[in-house]
Amino acid sequence: MLDKNGIAKRIAKEVKDGMYVNLGIGIPTLVANYIPDGINVVLQSENGLLGMGPFPFEGEEDADLINAGKQTITTLAGSSIFDSALSFGMIRAQKVDLTILGAMEVSENGDIANWKIPGKMVKGMGGAMDLVASAQNIIVAMQHVNKAGESKLLPNCTLPLTGVHCVKKIVTELAVLVVLENGGFQLLERAPGVSVAEIQAATAGKLLIEGDIPEMQL
Amino acid sequence: MINKVVKDADTAIKDIQNGQTIMLGGFGLCGIPENCIQALLRKKVSDLTCISNNAGVDDFGIGLLLQQRQVKKMISSYVGENVEFERQLLSGELEVELIPQGTLATRCMAAGYGMPVIYTPAGVGTEVAIGKETRVFKGKEYLMEYAFDADFAIVKAWKGDTAGNLIYKSTARNFNPVMAMAGKITIAEVEILVPAGELDPDQIHTPGIYVHRIFQGNNYEKRIEQRTVRTK
Repeated sequence: MLDKNGIAKRIAKEVKDGMYVNLGIGIPTLVANYIPDGINVVLQSENGLLGMGPFPFEGEEDADLINAGKQTITTLAGSSIFDSALSFGMIRAQKVDLTILGAMEVSENGDIANWKIPGKMVKGMGGAMDLVASAQNIIVAMQHVNKAGESKLLPNCTLPLTGVHCVKKIVTELAVLVVLENGGFQLLERAPGVSVAEIQAATAGKLLIEGDIPEMQL
Repeated sequence: MINKVVKDADTAIKDIQNGQTIMLGGFGLCGIPENCIQALLRKKVSDLTCISNNAGVDDFGIGLLLQQRQVKKMISSYVGENVEFERQLLSGELEVELIPQGTLATRCMAAGYGMPVIYTPAGVGTEVAIGKETRVFKGKEYLMEYAFDADFAIVKAWKGDTAGNLIYKSTARNFNPVMAMAGKITIAEVEILVPAGELDPDQIHTPGIYVHRIFQGNNYEKRIEQRTVRTK
């Protein structure tokens, strides 16, 4: 079973040289720490920055330079800054190659719910609906089951949707799965020490298992 | 050159009336018009509809207007980080319309470009789409969203000149340029105000035609929401 950093490390292998990538808040942010040397990617922050650099050194924080998680950050050689409309323009025009974000639920047809729990506090969708509606390639980073032990990979989402038919791949503490075009989660890889039976038990949606499922290489 | 300069924030916002719709630039607490928010607090204008990506925090930004119950409705994409906001929402004192961030930005842009509507895929198949006209282009479904109609836009820039031209700094740019374009009356507060002619025309982000009033603000606190650093 993987911890949060393990999930981030596995997702980092999906990031290819030359990609423009948007990382959501939470586990997706950690992915930046595991992108291998030699893989050149540009991180997009939807508040209006391409080429997000690491956190600033203490004492060098700039209140005017933050990421979409409102954290102080830095720019890199080659960075650019723009307004919010242009930022979502490049997302909508599919210039951003890969979007990695968290989710509360994903359905077997690729629907995602990650912004609202009715009856509890609603914080808003931020840029998530724009990102999932436009991105060509969406990877979800999440826990396989919720705190109550219930599967988050479902036949249908029960929470209000963020987007429909959009999730392509899911990486959890247990497994790597792809969402099939005609519906269903196909199991690609097991986390170290996790059995297919454990993944099956934690997946409420349709799970396809073909042949031997290899263990993740981290 | 037309001179857009007004004395201060109080003068700039003096004709904002109860019940009007105002846009406020900024992302989180980054690039918010701090001086005008203080002036709105002093004026105690109420029943405002505020269009802003976020609603500040409890003791800063738009959160201060919420504390004084000056806001009737918030139109935002993300409103976490605010206990008073949550209380007013749950008690029904505050009306809230949550819309996708890109839709928010692009509805501002549309107003500034003179376009009545935009089509966006954001929110298709979700509760955001309820009651909205949709169209299919090249096999993909889009929602029709209207350009915003705001009485005032209040923005913060880094530098400006007496003709109303604006230059923003770093990610404090965010929603400010699109909101500057979208107000029937646009008020800009800047950290540095210079005479017309001192800014390079090639470097202007917002042309002065969109800006009706400009003044040099003071005492910027520029509060940081998430101070994150690494050690040397």
